[in-house]
Amino acid sequence: MSETTTSESEFLVEMRDVHIEGRSDEVWNPIINGVDLTLKRGEVLGLIGESGAGKSTMGLAAMGFCRDGVRIASGSVHFDGIDLLTASAETKRHLLGKRIAYVAQSAAASFNPAHKLIDQHTEAPVQHGVADKSESEVDGIELYRRLRLPNPDEIGFRYPHQVSGGQLQRAMTAMAMSCRPDLIIFDEPTTALDVTTQIEVLASIRDIVEQFNTAAIYITHDLAVVAQMADRIKVLLKGDEVEEADTRTMLSNPQEDYTKSLWAVREFQRPTKPAPPSDATPVISVQNVTAAYGKIDVLHDVSFDIHEGRTVAVVGESGSGKSTAARCITGLLPPRMGQIELDGEPLPPDYRKRNKEQLRQVQMIYQMADTALNPRKTIGEIVGRPVQFYMGLTGRKRRDRVAELLEEIELPAGQYIDRLPSELSGGQKQRIGIARALAAEPKFIICDEVTSALDQLVAEGILRLLAKLQDELKLSYMFITHDLATVKSIADEVVVMKDGEVVEQGPKLEMFKPPHHAYTDLLLSSVPEMDPDWLSNLLAERGVENIGDAAVEKMD
Amino acid sequence: MTSVLTIILQRLGLGLVTLFVVSIVIFTAVNLLPGDFAEAILGQGATPEAVASIRRDLGLDQSPIVRYFQWLGNMVTGDLGTSFAQLNFQTNLGGGDLVGVAEQIAPRFANTMFLAGVTAAIAVPFAVGLGILAALFRNSAFDRATNITTLSSISSPEFFLAYILILFLAVLNPVLPSLSNIFQGMSFGERLEKTLLPALTLTLVVTAHMMRMTRAAIINLLASPYIEMARLKGISPMRVIVRHALPNALAPIINVIALNLAYLITGVVVVEVVFVYPGIGQLFVDSVKIRDIPVVQACCLIFAAAYILLNLTADILSILSNPRLRHPK
Amino acid sequence: MSGFLTLVVVLGLIAAGGWLFRLIGQKATNNKPFFRDMSYAVAFGYVLAAAVLVFAIWYYFQPVANEQGVANAGVIFFRWAVQGLIFFAILAWLFRLLGRTVGTAWSKKQFRSMPLTAAFGILMILVYAFLAIFAGVLAPYGQEEIFQQVNALPGGNAATGGNPDHLLGTDQIGRDLLSRLIYGAQNTVGIAFATTLLAFFLGGSLGFLAATMRGWFDQFLSRGVDVLMAIPSLIFALLLMTIAQVWAPRTGIPLTVFMVVIIAVIDSTRVFRLARAVGMNIVVMDYIEAAKLRGEGLSYLIFKEILPNATAPLLAEFGLRFCFVFLTIASLSFLGVGIQPPLADWGTMVRDLAQFINFAAFSPLTAALPLMAAGAIALLTVAVNFVVDWMLHRSSGLKE
Repeated sequence: MSETTTSESEFLVEMRDVHIEGRSDEVWNPIINGVDLTLKRGEVLGLIGESGAGKSTMGLAAMGFCRDGVRIASGSVHFDGIDLLTASAETKRHLLGKRIAYVAQSAAASFNPAHKLIDQHTEAPVQHGVADKSESEVDGIELYRRLRLPNPDEIGFRYPHQVSGGQLQRAMTAMAMSCRPDLIIFDEPTTALDVTTQIEVLASIRDIVEQFNTAAIYITHDLAVVAQMADRIKVLLKGDEVEEADTRTMLSNPQEDYTKSLWAVREFQRPTKPAPPSDATPVISVQNVTAAYGKIDVLHDVSFDIHEGRTVAVVGESGSGKSTAARCITGLLPPRMGQIELDGEPLPPDYRKRNKEQLRQVQMIYQMADTALNPRKTIGEIVGRPVQFYMGLTGRKRRDRVAELLEEIELPAGQYIDRLPSELSGGQKQRIGIARALAAEPKFIICDEVTSALDQLVAEGILRLLAKLQDELKLSYMFITHDLATVKSIADEVVVMKDGEVVEQGPKLEMFKPPHHAYTDLLLSSVPEMDPDWLSNLLAERGVENIGDAAVEKMD
Repeated sequence: MTSVLTIILQRLGLGLVTLFVVSIVIFTAVNLLPGDFAEAILGQGATPEAVASIRRDLGLDQSPIVRYFQWLGNMVTGDLGTSFAQLNFQTNLGGGDLVGVAEQIAPRFANTMFLAGVTAAIAVPFAVGLGILAALFRNSAFDRATNITTLSSISSPEFFLAYILILFLAVLNPVLPSLSNIFQGMSFGERLEKTLLPALTLTLVVTAHMMRMTRAAIINLLASPYIEMARLKGISPMRVIVRHALPNALAPIINVIALNLAYLITGVVVVEVVFVYPGIGQLFVDSVKIRDIPVVQACCLIFAAAYILLNLTADILSILSNPRLRHPK
Repeated sequence: MSGFLTLVVVLGLIAAGGWLFRLIGQKATNNKPFFRDMSYAVAFGYVLAAAVLVFAIWYYFQPVANEQGVANAGVIFFRWAVQGLIFFAILAWLFRLLGRTVGTAWSKKQFRSMPLTAAFGILMILVYAFLAIFAGVLAPYGQEEIFQQVNALPGGNAATGGNPDHLLGTDQIGRDLLSRLIYGAQNTVGIAFATTLLAFFLGGSLGFLAATMRGWFDQFLSRGVDVLMAIPSLIFALLLMTIAQVWAPRTGIPLTVFMVVIIAVIDSTRVFRLARAVGMNIVVMDYIEAAKLRGEGLSYLIFKEILPNATAPLLAEFGLRFCFVFLTIASLSFLGVGIQPPLADWGTMVRDLAQFINFAAFSPLTAALPLMAAGAIALLTVAVNFVVDWMLHRSSGLKE
C-alpha cells in the first residue's frame, strides 16, 4: 500500500492499467483494455472517441462505479489517495455527490420526475451533512443565477418536465456543484441539444468550473466542443488509448494516424458549381407549401427549387420543419396548400395517387440505417427488390444488376450480397441504403441526416461517395441536416428553416458570407470550431446575452 | 388540475359506454338461442296455450329492441328478472312465492365479495413485498427460486392448487375445513375460517401474477437514469428506494394490483366450485348447466361490470399518481 | 396458538442467526468485501434458506409409518415430490447435455446458453407431443373400453383392491385410468393446440391488417376488441357455452367444435392486441416507409416486410396463449361444460376423481390419482412457460 501515499500529493485521480469488462450472452467481453488516466486538481481532461470507444464506462470507473453487467477486471483506481476498488460501499457513498459529482447526458431522464428541481438539488448537501436545506436552497438559487438560468429565483420550484432541455442541463450542472466537489464527470452533457442551445450550456459549464477551480473529466465525441472545454485531451479507440496531449498540441500536431484522420474530416470541400441557367426547369420545385399535422400548421408557405445535378442543403434545428418538407415531397404528408412539381409537372399530393414512374424518380436515404433496412432480408434482397419492381429484372439479370450497384457503392458484391444488415457496420449499412435508392435509377434523392448517426471518418466517406455519384449520374440531392460542417462540404445551395418557415435561401458562398439574416447568423456562429479560443472569442465578440436561447427569444 | 379532471371524466364516460356495449353483447348473445325462453322453460312437450301465456308474461312478443331496453331498465333499477328454475317450479307445481334473481344473487354476491376481500388482504401485501424484494435482489438465488415457483403456480390450473391445499391443509393435517358451507348468521371468525382455504388458493394464483408484474415494474424503474443519478449522488440504498423509486413506482404497482383483482373474477368461478362456496361464481356455473338464462345474464353483467370498474380504477389511480399529469406545464 | 408461538420463536432465532452469521463472517474472513458489504436482509436470507433446507432434509428422513403401522402420508407425498424434482432435474440436465453434443451448430449453440428450466420445458413438450401422437399405440386399452371391475384401486395389487391388468385402476364405470390418462394427452392437448392455431390465424391476420391499414378499419376492430375484452374470458366462454349447449343437439355439430370456435374467438382478441402492437412497432420503421414509397401492395408489406420481423414475439405469445387456452379448456371441462364424454380428458378426470383425495391418509396412491390428472395439465403449462420465459429473456437481452 505504499504507492497510495506517493500518489496522494500529485494526482486527484489516478487510474492505472484499468481493464473493464461487460457481460453479454453469459460471457465477459472486454470494454477497456488497460488504460491509464491521471488528473490533477483543477484540471479539465477531455475524453474523446467514437461511439463504443468506452468513454462513458471509463468516466464512471473514475468514480469507482460500474453499471449493471459491467465490472472492473483489473487495475487500480485512486481518488485523492483512496483506493476506490477496495473501499467499502460506505466509504464510496461518502465520496459520491460530495467530492465527486456526475452530470449525465440526458438531463430530462436523469432528474426524478416526482420531485422539484430544488429538492433534488439540496438532497446531496443535506444527506452528506454539508449544509442544511435552507442554506443549500439559497446556494442553489445563486448557482442558477451564475449559470444564467432564466428566473433563477423561481425555476428551482418547478418539476423537471416543466423546464426545457438546455435549462435542465444547466440545472444538473448546478446540482453537481451543490457540494462544491473536487471532481465532476461530464458525460456528453450537450450531445442531445441543438447547436444554439449547446453554446449557452458550454459557456456556463466552462465558467463555473473555472470559478470554483473544479477538476473535471469532459466526455464527448465532438472534437470542436472538447477543444473549448479541456486543458488536456485523451483519445480512445475501441477501449484502447490512442494518444494524450494538451489541447493546443493535440490540435496543431497530432501524432497518431487515427487522430490525424479525425482532424482531417472537415477538410473535404467540393468545388463550387456554376449557377444553373435561369430558364432551366428545376427537377423538384416546392411551391408555396403549407402543411399541417392534424389542425396545427407545421410548414408555412415554403418554396424552393432543386436543379439537376445540384445539392440543396436544408438546414435548421429540431422542430424547424425540414423533415416535414421532405415528407411533403415524398407524398407521405399531403400539403394543405401549394404543390410539388417534378420536371415542371405537378405531382399528386398523396403518394398513393402517384404512378410507379413518379415514385421511382423520388428516392430517399434515411438517417438511421438500422431502421431503414429490413433486418430479416439479405443485402441482395434489399437492393434487388427495387431492381425487380421498377426495372422488371429477375433471376440472373437481377443479381448482376445488384452486383453492379454494390460495386458502385464500393462494396465487393461477392462478399456482401448474401449477408444480413446486422452483419455490416454502420457506414456499410448506410451505403446499402444508398444502393437501394440508386437501384430505382431516380433523378432526385432526399438525404435525411444521412451522416449524423455516423462517426466522423465514416461520415466523410459517405459524403465523398454521394458527391461522386452525383457527378456520374447527374443526381439532385435534397440534403437535410443540422450540421453546418456537412453543409459547407457538400451543398451548392442552402435553405435555412426555423419554425416551419424558410428564413433565408441562396447559393452556399453567399450564405456563408455576411450580411445574414439574424437567425442564420446565430446558427452559423454557434457551431463550435476546432480552435481552443473560439468560444472565448465569440463570447468577447457577442457577449453572453447574445448567444443561445436568449438570443433566439430576442428575435421573435 | 383541470386537465387531469377532464381525462378522468373521459375515462369514466368511456367505462360507461363500454358497459353499455357489453350489455348489448350479452343480450344479443342470449337472443341467439333457438326458439325462445318459453319453450326453454316448459320443455318441448308444452301446450301452445301455456307457451303463449309465458311469452306474454315475459314480454317475448315484443321486438328485440324494446325488450333490450326493458331488460336494461330493469337491470339498472335492480330488477334482475326471475330465474327459470324458480319459474318452472311454480308453473309445474303451482303456488309458492317467487324469489327474484336479485334476491337470489344478493347474499351470494356478498359472499363472493368477502372471499375476494380476504384474498386481496392476504395477497396484495404479500405479492407486492415479494415483488419488490425479488427486484432488489434480482438474479440472486432468491430471485431465481421465486421466479420458478411463481411461474409454476401461474401455470397450474386453479383446481390443481386447490386440491393440493386440500390435501395438505384439510386431509393430512386437518387445520382448515375443505368445504365452505357458509350460511347467514355465522360469526365473522367462523366465516373467516371457512373462507380461508379458497382464499389461500386464490392467493397463490393471484400472488404469482402480481409479484411478477411488480418485479418487472420495479426493475424497469430501477434501470431509469434518475435512479443511477441518485446512486451517483451517494445516497443510501434505502433512501434511493423510498424517495426516488417509490413515488414513481406507485402508478405501475397500483395498476398491477387492480389488474390482478380483476383477474380474481375468473379465478373465483373455479375455486367456488371446488370448495362448494356459496358465491356468485358457483351460482353462475350451476345456472349455465341448467341453462337458466336470466341468472346467467345477470351474473355475466355483474362480472363484466366488476371487471370494467377495476380496470377503470387502475386507469384513474395511475393517472392521479403520475407527476407529469398532476403538475401540468 | 402454540403453533403460532413456535413460528414466532423460530423466526426470532433465524433473525438473530442472520446477524450472528454476518458478524462471524466478517471476523473470520478479516472483513472481506463479501461480508463487509452484506446487508442484513441478505444475511437473514442465507440463514432462512439454510433453516428451510435443514428442515426439509429432516422431514424427508422421517419414517413413512408410525409405530402402529399407520402410514405417514405427509412424508410419503413429500418424498414423492422431492424424488420427482430430482428425477426431472437430472433428466433435463442429461437432455441438455445431449443437445450440446448432438445436432447442428445452431442447435448446439442454443443448448449451451440454455438454463435447466428451459431444457426441462423443451423435453416435456417433446414427451407430451410423443404421447399425444402415439396415444393409440402406447395406451394399453382404448379410451372408451369398459371393464368388469369398477373403481379398482391403483397399484395393481389385488390384495389391496387393485388389479394387475390396470396399473392405475379403473374409474366408476370401469374404464382403465392409465389409458384414459394417456388419451387425455391426445384430446386435451390436441384440442387446445387446434384452438390456439385458430385463434392465431384470426387474431394475427386481423391485427397485422389493422396495423398496416390504420384508419377506420383499425378503429372499428380495436374498439370491438376493447368491448370483447371487457368481459372476463372464462365468464364469456361460459355464457356462450350455455347457448352452444342448446344449439349443438339441434345442428348435430358436436359441442366440442362449438367450444373450439368460442374459445378461439375469445382468445383471438388478445392475439389481435399483440399482433397489432408488434405490427405498429414495425410499421413505423423506415424500411416500411421505403417499401410504401416504392409503391408496394398490402400483401407484400404484410408477408414480406412485417411478418418475418414479428415471428419471435409471436412465437413467444403462441406459447403463452396455448397455456391460457389449455387452462381454459381444462377449467371448462372441470366445470362440466367442456370436452364431452366419452372422450378422455384431464379436466373431467379431475372432477370425477376429486373425492379420492379424502383417502389420502389411508391410501396415498389413490389420493394421488386426481392430482396426477391435474398435474399432467400443470406440467405441460409449466414446461411451455419455462420455454417462453427463456425466449423472452433472450430476446430482451439481445436488444441491449
